[in-house]
This record gives sequence, structure tokens and C-alpha cells, in this order.
Amino acid sequence: MTLDRLYDPGAPLPRLPGHVSDGRLERVLRSGRFAVTAELNPPDSADPREVYDRALVLSEVCDAINATDASGANTHMSSVGICSLLTRAGYAVVMQISCRDRNRIAIQGDVLGAAAMGVGNILCLTGDGVQAGDQPGAKPVFDLDSMTLLQTIRLMRDKQQFLSGRKITVPPRVFLGAAANPFAPPYDYRPLHLAKKVAAGADFIQTQYCFDVPLLRRFMDKVRDQGLHEKVFIIVGVGPLASAKTARWMRAHVPGVHIPDAVISRLEGAQNQKQEGKRLCIDLIQEIRDIAGVAGVHVMAYRQEEYVSEIISESGIMKNRQPRRPVKERIAS
Amino acid sequence: MYAVRLWSVRHSRLMERSYRLLESTLLALAPLLARIGHARLEKPFAWSERQLKGLLFDCQMCGQCALSSTGMSCSMNCPKNLRNGPCGGVRANGHCEVKPEMKCVWVAAWEGAQAMGGGMAILDVQRPVDHSLKGTSSWLRVVREKATAMPQPAKAATS
Repeated sequence: MTLDRLYDPGAPLPRLPGHVSDGRLERVLRSGRFAVTAELNPPDSADPREVYDRALVLSEVCDAINATDASGANTHMSSVGICSLLTRAGYAVVMQISCRDRNRIAIQGDVLGAAAMGVGNILCLTGDGVQAGDQPGAKPVFDLDSMTLLQTIRLMRDKQQFLSGRKITVPPRVFLGAAANPFAPPYDYRPLHLAKKVAAGADFIQTQYCFDVPLLRRFMDKVRDQGLHEKVFIIVGVGPLASAKTARWMRAHVPGVHIPDAVISRLEGAQNQKQEGKRLCIDLIQEIRDIAGVAGVHVMAYRQEEYVSEIISESGIMKNRQPRRPVKERIAS
Repeated sequence: MYAVRLWSVRHSRLMERSYRLLESTLLALAPLLARIGHARLEKPFAWSERQLKGLLFDCQMCGQCALSSTGMSCSMNCPKNLRNGPCGGVRANGHCEVKPEMKCVWVAAWEGAQAMGGGMAILDVQRPVDHSLKGTSSWLRVVREKATAMPQPAKAATS
């Protein structure tokens, strides 16, 4: 295998008219296919193999891998670092940027660096508070918020300038994402908040974990009333719960996660709670897929990556579709 | 003070009216203020703003007041300083993710906005905070800008 072939998958795909990025995720979404993204749990290690091992499992079954940015305010390998490793192996990534740890100077620099490495998607997040993580004594930055972060990157991409007005010679071609949490108060404001994110520049949305489909349906009704589903691709967050105990812990400790009592009782009543958690996740995916205006699912399986591929294949959402496998990994396997 | 702050949001309509009155008064006085000199007025203006808004809204003197777009709930009291709506961490009881004993600033803002005449300004996207304006008078800046931009009093209050 020549070096050229090795680098081939990392090279940008041919540019398509009307597309803001050269990435795979935008293509899948714009072509109307049901998209699947999955979250990679970043290692507490400097070993690149740990990243590649986890990515290999996920890439089989998804259109893009999310590289989290110290989620839950816990320190791990950075999203920039993970994206650097993954893009050089040809994976499609969604780089998450949280406003908690860096100011606008650092973030704008990272956006240029990311685009230069081949990152095609950026998810703009406010970030969990530092109190939620392993270093509650850290200084929270929050110079920008998710909305102004979207505005900033859109300005860089579409107007070719930094926030300061200084010119950018080659703009970052990135598909812009934002988060939504339909499961937290004020519930009636949430659909309007989504409209605001679209106005600020969101091309796609990845939501918080959904364990409450009726609440999601009510949210999506309001989203469709505003015609937002035609302006933004809504990817709904899902994930397996390992046990009733884990569910209770998540509900109490992970900011923004809403788990109804009925879900916990279902797990509690099961012989094998882990299997039931997986089954529940598949059921949720199948229900969510049928809601009008939902463009895909985002699988977050904290410490249960081995289940992601089973969940996605058993739910049937990737039927008739073979996600691209990076050349480098084909060689390795 | 937390209790006063919540009271002000509950009376957002009254606050909005008072603000409009204050703004038109200041705009009428704009030529006089310009004659005295804005630089000379900065300190006394900032001082009175800090006292009054500090009492009513727990104002943090960001220098670019957005109260009329935030249902009269000062968004700089959000531990994440969010200027564009709530984060996803709001607790089921409507309280803050970071400070569980405090009602979410944006849950309050949404309630306040619905009671106001021009409350739907909450749906406008706010620009990033200019941290170099911290500690300066928002009132004086708005009056100066509005007086130069348009000679007649503006319709919507901005600060």
C-alpha cells in the first residue's frame, strides 16, 4: 500500500453545491437518509491506540464520531487531540467545543486548526458547570455561550472574518451543530430556544439523552409548527442504561438528564438489567425514528461501547447502508 | 439581593414601564448631558446605576445591559453568564445546575418576558459580551448612542 492510498480517506470529499462542509455527515443528512452519530469516550491516557480501538468499534455503525470536550467537566484527552488522531485515519468526526474552558481567542484558533486537520463538523456547547466534574476548583471561563459560539464560527465560515473583524484568508468549511435539551425546564420555551440556535447558525442539532418519548413528541410538534425541522437536522440522543442503579445515579448527578420513573422500574423488574437497558435503547430508537422531523440518532454509551454496534444493527436504522470504513483500519485488521 | 431580584422579575411589566420613562427622560436631557461631558458623568452615572440596579436586579455591571431582552432577570447572575437563554442543565424544579438553591435565571427570565409588552425580545440573539465595558455605565452609553443615532426618543427601551 502506498502512502498516497493511506492518506486517501482523509482527503476531503468532492465539494457539493449548497454544502457548507466537505464532510460525510452533511451529505447523509442532506440526502434525506437517517443519520447515526456516536460518542467516543475519550481515554485518560496518552496512548493513541486507545482512541483508535474505540473509534474502530463505532465507525462500523455510524456516520460520524463525536469527540467530547471534557464532558461533565471531567478531564480526559481533548477533543482537538482526538480529532487530530481520527482525521488522520480518515474518520468523520464531530468536534465538540465547550465554552467552559476556553475563551474566544483560544476557540477561534482551535476552529481554524480543526478545519485544517479535516474536521467537517463542530458541535457548539455551553458546557457543564465545573462543579459537576473531577476538578470543581477550576475557573469557569464561559466567555462565549453556545449561541455566540455558533454566531462566531458562522462568521468565520461565511464572512471569512474573526469576531474582531480581522480577515481570514481561507475560511473553515464546517457543518455547525448545537445541542438541545427538550427534557429540561422551561419546557414551553425550549422549542423557541431551538429557533434561536437556528437563527444563530445551527445546521444540525444533537439532543440530550431521550428517555421520555411523549415529552420529545410534544417538543417536536412545536418544532414542526415553526417549520424548524426544514431548517435544521435534528438528531436525537439515546443511550443504554447499564442498570437501575446507574439510571438513578445519572438522574441525580449528570446535569440535564431526565429519566422517568417508569424507565427505572422497567430496568428493576428485569432479570438481566444490562440486557434490558440495551433492549430499552433499541425500543427508544425505533419509536424516535418514526417521529416526523427527526433526522437521526446520536448514541451515547458511556463505558458500554461494545453495545453500540449491537444496538444500531438490531434497531435496523442502518439497514441497506454501509458506512465507509477508513483504509488505514482496513489495513490494520 | 435574591428576594428583591425575584420580586423585580415578578413585576417585570412595571420595571419595563419605569425603564421606558427613565430612558425618555435621559434622552430629553441628552443635549445637557453632552454639554456637561460624558467622561465627567461616567463615574456618577456608573455609581448610581450600580446602587439602583444592584438593589433591584443584583446587577453585575457588565456595562451592556440586556434586561429588556431577558424578562428583567439579569443574565449575568447565571453562573455560566449565559446571555441567550438557559443551558441544558436546568433541574426539574426549575433551579440552577450550578447553584441548586437558586432559581434558574432564565426560567425566571422566560416568566418575566411573558408579562412584558416587549418581552419577546428574549428571542433575539445577543452578541458576545464585551468584557472591556465591565464596570461602566450602560445608561450613559445607550443615551449617547441613541441621541447620536436618532434625534427623537426611541420606542423600545434597551437598558
